[in-house]
Amino acid sequence: MSAPDTAGTGRAVEISGLRKSFGANEVLRGIDFHVERGEVVCVIGPSGSGKSTLLRCVNLLEEPSAGTVRVGGVEVTDPDVDIDAVRRRIGMVFQSFNLFPHLTALGNVTIAQRKVLKRDRAEAERIARENLERVGLADKVGSYPAQLSGGQQQRVAIARALAMGPEVMLFDEPTSALDPELVGDVLGVMRGLAETGMTMLVVTHEMSFAREVADRVVFMDGGVVVEEGPPSRVIADPEHERTRGFLSRVLDPAAARVEGSGPSDKFGSDGANA
Amino acid sequence: MTAEQAAAPARPGGLSRRSRRRLSLGGQYGLFIVVVVLIAALANWPQLHTNFANWQVAKGLFPDIITVGLRNTALYTAVGFGIGLVLGLVIALMRLSPVLPYRWFATAYIEMFRGLPLLLIFIFVGVGVPLAFPGTTIPGGAVGQAGLALGLAAAAYMAETIRAGIEAVPRGQLEAARSLGMSQGRAMRSIIIPPLTNELVLLCKDSSLVLFLGITLEQRELTKFGRDLAGQQGNTTPIIVAGICYLIITIPLSLLARRLEARQRRERR
Repeated sequence: MSAPDTAGTGRAVEISGLRKSFGANEVLRGIDFHVERGEVVCVIGPSGSGKSTLLRCVNLLEEPSAGTVRVGGVEVTDPDVDIDAVRRRIGMVFQSFNLFPHLTALGNVTIAQRKVLKRDRAEAERIARENLERVGLADKVGSYPAQLSGGQQQRVAIARALAMGPEVMLFDEPTSALDPELVGDVLGVMRGLAETGMTMLVVTHEMSFAREVADRVVFMDGGVVVEEGPPSRVIADPEHERTRGFLSRVLDPAAARVEGSGPSDKFGSDGANA
Repeated sequence: MTAEQAAAPARPGGLSRRSRRRLSLGGQYGLFIVVVVLIAALANWPQLHTNFANWQVAKGLFPDIITVGLRNTALYTAVGFGIGLVLGLVIALMRLSPVLPYRWFATAYIEMFRGLPLLLIFIFVGVGVPLAFPGTTIPGGAVGQAGLALGLAAAAYMAETIRAGIEAVPRGQLEAARSLGMSQGRAMRSIIIPPLTNELVLLCKDSSLVLFLGITLEQRELTKFGRDLAGQQGNTTPIIVAGICYLIITIPLSLLARRLEARQRRERR
């Protein structure tokens, strides 16, 4: 139904020579990478490394300064492309949920189906209920966002994106705004989604999720891709010094100081240890 | 009592907190009773009755005060509100436009009409326009003139409210709507405007108060109706009745607005 002419044939996401500047600040300095269909790719890296900007360039919430982005073979960066038609095929989940506060969970999941895909109310609600059940919120259909916990809101946001039948799902630090005890529910839903073969591009700080679920991990720093590969290599045995430094800080913040493997370490190995 | 006193910590030379509270409350009730008694004893009730609540005079006001006065007031308000809302929306969008001259115009309009007394705008529309352009008539007669004058002024206030409402919508909600494939216009209509409707009803209440200010045009509305009859009959009752008619409109509106405010708070909690 939704614009068969834009239905993709190529790789799920293909990015080449991508650059993005905000004023004089160049956040992305030439990114080349891709996501195959059915692949789960996790992007990791220190804050300010450009991970979120990269993700937002994929559905053009940020307009790239240079380079091309293709989604399913369609060049998103082409000014003649109907961006709304492309975005229909890309689901996005935000760090801060961004639910519509004046609508119930059901309303949040049905509104775009009805207004954008022109589904009738009965069909949109049936699909909404299916997806809310899929994220474990069948009993919260009538609740407003303000009545839900952060983890529940984020799962409604995932259901909202899934109800559009996307080919690719983008996750922008989906658990970073959550209390620690709520993170597991959201990651569980994402894990289940990955198992169904959904193509996913995930910006995250959850290393255990990246290690267990990702087919490929991309480490970014300073606006470039430093290293990429299967998690068994990038996380367990990274090649680059910068990757190692980042991972040691993230995986064991307390030990990072003691071992002195990070470049920012001023104490040396015998400082606090002796 | 004794147990209580024993339990209270000893405070040399002072009262306990409980005693102070009792004393203060007792004082306030005492003052209230004294005032009520004084008013009841000193007021000239028969004279108040004949002047302010004269049933004879009041009965004579009906049904005209409703069919002419109240009807016209409601009509002017509705027309003025409609014109103000449409014009206010346009000006709010101009105020937010990337086109610089639009922003200038909107800002100038808002500052001008918020700074002018409503009476001056009425005179301008009712007298100034026909003088300046002989032969032109504002369509709709008195209703058209009053509605236009009220709408011009109300638009300036509404534009500011609408603009504030649009700017208050978190950017993330707009991004979420866009990432679901909604166009800018569709996102505005489906996501940005609906929460504003609550605000618009609140605005209706406020503007209705502004709009009830004096109307100097021929066709009589409540205030003029009451004043004229009070003059004719040498009695204040018509003004009181006119006042009650206003309250019949404004009090339900206030209650509605309060309920909507409460709902909004619940949703945003």
